[in-house]
Amino acid sequence: MTEAPWYNKGLFSSLNLRQKTLLTIGLTGLVLFVIFICGWMIDANLPTDFTMKMQAPSFLHPFGTDWMGRDMFTRTIKGLSLSIVIGIGASIISSIIATILAFVASVNKWFDEFVSWLIDLFASIPHILLIMMISIALGKGAFGVIMAVAFSHWVNLTRVLRAEVLQINTSEYVALSNRLGRSKLWIAKEHILPLVLSQIFVGTLLVFPHAIMHEASVTFLGFGLSPHEPAIGIILSESMSYLAMGAWWLAFFPGLALLIVVLLFDIIGDNLKRLLDPGEANN
Amino acid sequence: MIKINSKKLAKFLGLKAVRLMILLIAIAAISFIMIQLSPIDPVRAYLGQRIVSQEQLAIMGEYWGTNLSLGERVMGWLSTLASGSMGFSLIYRVPVTEVIVQKFTASLTLMVSSWIISGIFGFLLGVLAGAKEGTWIDKVIKTYCYILQSSPTFWIGLVLLMVFSVYLGWFPIGLSVPIGQLSDTVTFWQWLHRLILPAFTLSIVEIASLTMYTRDKLINVKKSDYFLFAQARGESFWGIIKNHGIRNILIPAITIQFMSFNELFGGTILVEQVFAYPGIGQATVAAGLRSDVPLLLGIVLISTIFVFAGNLIADIIYQYVDPRLRGEDDD
Repeated sequence: MTEAPWYNKGLFSSLNLRQKTLLTIGLTGLVLFVIFICGWMIDANLPTDFTMKMQAPSFLHPFGTDWMGRDMFTRTIKGLSLSIVIGIGASIISSIIATILAFVASVNKWFDEFVSWLIDLFASIPHILLIMMISIALGKGAFGVIMAVAFSHWVNLTRVLRAEVLQINTSEYVALSNRLGRSKLWIAKEHILPLVLSQIFVGTLLVFPHAIMHEASVTFLGFGLSPHEPAIGIILSESMSYLAMGAWWLAFFPGLALLIVVLLFDIIGDNLKRLLDPGEANN
Repeated sequence: MIKINSKKLAKFLGLKAVRLMILLIAIAAISFIMIQLSPIDPVRAYLGQRIVSQEQLAIMGEYWGTNLSLGERVMGWLSTLASGSMGFSLIYRVPVTEVIVQKFTASLTLMVSSWIISGIFGFLLGVLAGAKEGTWIDKVIKTYCYILQSSPTFWIGLVLLMVFSVYLGWFPIGLSVPIGQLSDTVTFWQWLHRLILPAFTLSIVEIASLTMYTRDKLINVKKSDYFLFAQARGESFWGIIKNHGIRNILIPAITIQFMSFNELFGGTILVEQVFAYPGIGQATVAAGLRSDVPLLLGIVLISTIFVFAGNLIADIIYQYVDPRLRGEDDD
């Protein structure tokens, strides 16, 4: 039995872990949903007002304004909602890749060797370099970034799923099903997939924070989204030119907001993992 | 004394060398094909904004082999690579190997120093948190790790830059050499002055994962029977941590640290970009943005070797340094 993390303590100590976990998942999910909806409703062409340029944070502009007088708070929310969309796309695609490869590995020994080799291959190039290469190959922009992040984050989930599928494959009911003449595809669909579904689900959520962070990183370097898109990476790389002038709010708040979103997804993923783990769920 | 079975080690290294060769050939081919698929036209990228006639374009295309099929081009790239040449960098106008050697040595100081700092402090913090599990010290360290694991490296760099360079004015804002000075006239102190902030950024980011790992390992050790027995014998708490805890977790921690070369390289790219430190990271970004394909491919290969070397050392430590594993095979 492990100790509950810090965010599961305090205010709601009368609830049990399952209730608390559900509550945290609900609350953090709500926050993320609100950010996403707000960002979606904001018009990408923010009004520019040069009389208000480079304002430090105030009640009117909680995150300050940039060099064109745009409100940084609005820009940050817009950027975050874009990050969430890209994160969702990339993590779903990467878990689809992971699932397919895990099942391919279970076909026979040669396929298994091939998948292991593929895992080694992708794990041996630094992540950022791989994302840069794929992004260059597919052309920059949202599609390139989603694919690049997806194709570099399937490795861990594939490792987990492959081991899981191998284990289920040695079970007696799979052998029995095999003897009864069921095809491998039928067994994969009816016996194995339902059992690994929760793993896939948690795996997708755990990829999410990494996907968002890597998207921001490559965009910051200039390989991800194009400069006219309102991404956090773009905002931060723009802010580099104004740092020496003391405009600290341009870099500080957008980065902090990104950190909070990543942390929220981490908490959801972590809590779901606890909830779905039968050994811990009833504590 | 470490006694190594040299025959077994030779076989192990031989197999690893074969693996590395296959890996490099595959990565060279795949990354080359990826670049070829991109919409970048190498002739156009080389010429930049210069205006040339259609015939000259055709001549250049033929000279560079853009009219060959993809298969022929891949074979051409691999055979040139086998002869030891990585081509000619379009940005720096010198052979790629030269650029990589020069930039990589500049980055190596950054990487090695932050690798050592994060290794030592990550391990110490992990031991402290694990030993004091559940106390406020543990909570502070854990919260620090949680936050650092979720924050983008380059943002940490930006925040440190704002605090220490812009606000406090302790360190210069960028570049490894003061403006108006040649790189070989820089004194050691000037150079060190500019290395501190990037190395510090890279270290505090890298610490998090090692600390969490060490902490979990130590907590596992604390649950073991031999730990309980040592407590029953009345040994002092820190004595047990030293004799039974650290001895058991040191090798896995070092192994993990060697396996982190992948993240180290990625972090270096971002940190160099933030601090304008002229190393391999800046060269990578420049090569990518300005379509210097030979240099980019060269860097991919070098970084692969770098990551592979880290994993190889981790493997060797795991198999040959751990006395328990060594003992089983030697007889």
